[in-house]
Amino acid sequence: MKFEYTIPAMDFNAAGKASTDMKRRLTQLGLPLELIKRVAISMYEAEMNVAIHGQGGRAEVEITTECITARFVDHGPGIADIELAMQEGYSTASEEIRNMGFGAGMGLPNMKRNSDELLIESAPGAGTTVTMRFCLGRGAS
Amino acid sequence: MRVKEIASILDTELLTSPPDMDEIDIATACGSDMMSDVIAFVKERVALLTGLTNPQVVRTAELLDIRVIIFVRGKKPSAELISMARDQHIVLMSTHYSMFTACGRLYQAGITGDSGCRTE
Repeated sequence: MKFEYTIPAMDFNAAGKASTDMKRRLTQLGLPLELIKRVAISMYEAEMNVAIHGQGGRAEVEITTECITARFVDHGPGIADIELAMQEGYSTASEEIRNMGFGAGMGLPNMKRNSDELLIESAPGAGTTVTMRFCLGRGAS
Repeated sequence: MRVKEIASILDTELLTSPPDMDEIDIATACGSDMMSDVIAFVKERVALLTGLTNPQVVRTAELLDIRVIIFVRGKKPSAELISMARDQHIVLMSTHYSMFTACGRLYQAGITGDSGCRTE
């Protein structure tokens, strides 16, 4: 099964809709709750990043009997130093975004913690692609 | 702790009341205006106390299976947000207490924060 979502830039009413829709679908499929939660949390983090930092983009989710793979592609400025961006608490979010409740610098570390595989492909000016894989049967972390 | 007890301790106005409200059992709470931190740290059976009233509060709750949201400082969300919460069977309440006082009153009543947020 494949699903695709468009993520608009800086639209706080729409941001999070892809993740909530996917969570409902996974729940309907009867998948384990711990897996659903890991996917929901990770997708939400990635979706907010695409909306806030990535100038919008898209999400593609593929579900097989073994794994769920979620790929987020944005058109943003890219990440110059991925290692720095992975540090807890590091954020480039504006004051306006922080006032909306985001930009604590926990997004990428949280995605890493909740996914079984995380791949970040990015370069300045080239946008960012984040691919996460979640496997059935890993167990709660 | 049951929702009714929380409502009494915080003298709340109840904005939504899902059919299974009386069965919700809250073990701990998380007070934050930073949804990023809530997403990163929250655990199970949590009530969320916040001063934020944007749609992301309900989305965060839905994604983390948070069933109870308490708006502090007398904040009231929009009708749209109330409707979103109603659809997701999330209890919304508003208290006139500040974040500090609301958290303190719950703590005093036995809702400790030890297991509310993951810190490892």
